[in-house]
Amino acid sequence: MLRTTLVIASGTAVLVATLAALLALGGYPVLPALASLWVGSLGSWYALTSGTLVRAIPLMLAGTGVALAFRAGVFNVGADGQFLVGAAAGVAVALAQPPGVMAVALALLMSAVAGALWAAIAAVLRRRFGVLEVISTIMLNFVALDLVSWLVRGPLQEPSHIYPQTATLPEASHLPYIPGAGRLHVGLVIAIAAAALVGWIVRHTAAGFRVTAVGLNARAAVSAGLVDAAQVRERALIASGALAGLAGGVEVCGVTFALYENISPGYGFTAIVVALLAALDAWLVIPSAILFAALEAGAGAMQRDAGIPATLVTTIEALLVLALVITQTLRFRIARPVPSSGAPT
Amino acid sequence: MTGIETFLAATVRSALPLAFAALGELVVERAGILNIGLEGIILAGALGAVVGAGHGLAAGYISGVMAGVMLASIFALCVVWRRTDQIITGTAITMLGVGATGSLYRVLFGASGAALSIPTSRPFQVPWLSELPLVGPALFAQPPVTYLLFMLAPALAWWLYSTHAGLALRAIGEAPAAAEAAGVPVRRTQALAVVFGGACGGLAGAVLVLAQAGTFAENMSAGRGFIAIAIVVLGGWRPLGVALAALAFGAATATQFVFQARGWVVPYQLFLALPYLVTLAALASAAGRTRAPAALGR
Repeated sequence: MLRTTLVIASGTAVLVATLAALLALGGYPVLPALASLWVGSLGSWYALTSGTLVRAIPLMLAGTGVALAFRAGVFNVGADGQFLVGAAAGVAVALAQPPGVMAVALALLMSAVAGALWAAIAAVLRRRFGVLEVISTIMLNFVALDLVSWLVRGPLQEPSHIYPQTATLPEASHLPYIPGAGRLHVGLVIAIAAAALVGWIVRHTAAGFRVTAVGLNARAAVSAGLVDAAQVRERALIASGALAGLAGGVEVCGVTFALYENISPGYGFTAIVVALLAALDAWLVIPSAILFAALEAGAGAMQRDAGIPATLVTTIEALLVLALVITQTLRFRIARPVPSSGAPT
Repeated sequence: MTGIETFLAATVRSALPLAFAALGELVVERAGILNIGLEGIILAGALGAVVGAGHGLAAGYISGVMAGVMLASIFALCVVWRRTDQIITGTAITMLGVGATGSLYRVLFGASGAALSIPTSRPFQVPWLSELPLVGPALFAQPPVTYLLFMLAPALAWWLYSTHAGLALRAIGEAPAAAEAAGVPVRRTQALAVVFGGACGGLAGAVLVLAQAGTFAENMSAGRGFIAIAIVVLGGWRPLGVALAALAFGAATATQFVFQARGWVVPYQLFLALPYLVTLAALASAAGRTRAPAALGR
């Protein structure tokens, strides 16, 4: 844990240095740009709470899910699609209920269920037909996008049928704001609790041990009579989908209050980087998510203030992952992706 | 052109970038490496083509291929030299492709960039053959790069199954240790295979820009890299099978033009989702009927 904390700290330093180098290469003024990155992310109480921490919530939830799946050796790259169906289910349920606390609770529950079901498609495709999760979850991301696009123009469109989005949730069905913290809502508590719980399960329960054992060496785990490896992977994938779906539900009940097409600026992909930098440890997902949320919130400010493309952050995240794998800071390996499509004859 | 000729022409057109990308990935996978970064490589090829197109079409294609090769070389460096996890590295390469092309496009062509429009390759009518009924317009009245594909698939089939080098490549994919013992330079061959796959992926991106869209948009590859990987599975890791599978996907995409032309009322999102749904169905149906190279992904 200490080692990984050091990795996160040095990761931050590397991120900022790389960013400065890329900015200089692109011919942008480096110091003013970094200044607006700081101001837009951590530089004020408002930026910290309403910018960074609000963004950290979906990253924490989805990142915890990704970390859990990867730990079991399942390459769930479909968090974005699971987030979207979770958001859609959350909005649909919240709108159908009389406004109030029960509506929010039910919406969050159903968003997690929707995300789990979406991931379960990939789990079934793997178990029955041996389709790699890497491919199936990516394909399901695109299908989820088209599904949302249809929902907000069809059955869930707002009553006036003008805008491609759903009706807005009534205020009583919002997640409450945390007093004195701007737009920061209690989703943060849910996200931290989820990460803490998953971290505790992985560390201290038999189920968690099975996940780690299967991820590290499925064959050994099976030989030792420990587990049904396929089942452990399947459950980890479904739980991971539930967490990403919950992230979608929390986002619509706490931030957007409606469903529209571009509701996820790629949270599911940033979640992968969040989980990798946290070395797949759910507890470390918390600081890791805040780090990337700060980076993305700051990037938004850089784009507004200095016209610097916000996609630069995606570039930096990719370079960070490459640096992590090349230097072999990541001491785990994802279980073999292959024994599947075309089982060895 | 009749309705069915239009449909067939749209099929070949939609299949073209998929086929190039998938044939490249086929060679990579036969060397035992799974390159999930193909999506990013296609994007790099697309941006490369936009940059090069200022100096003419040929320059556009060449710089698209070069851009694909550059990104694939980074992947090769990590995976072949450092033996990093192929899936994580590939994901990072795709993210790098998305991020770097998005940023560079804005830096090079300004914040909007929307006005940018590039002259596209014109169809080249092959004398006599393009007059054939039904298949003539689809196969022989396409942009010239299409005819390169007609040569690439059989050439790869010949190379893989009838040359020593092709045998060596397949041996690496099945049993790298045995290939090494037999004197095959495993790492060098794998690195070259990844670079070849990058060239094909870059070409696929260049085709998207120079033979089809005529412009660049962020994320314009729209999952084609992942679909191409599925096509390799569906084609049974054989060049001609892969080419046919790419055509089947082209047909799935082309059905939307038919529906639009006939005015059938179906939510258009269903057609947008169709290639991805077909991919899932195809992968599920390929289960047990094809066999992956034994050492793939290790």
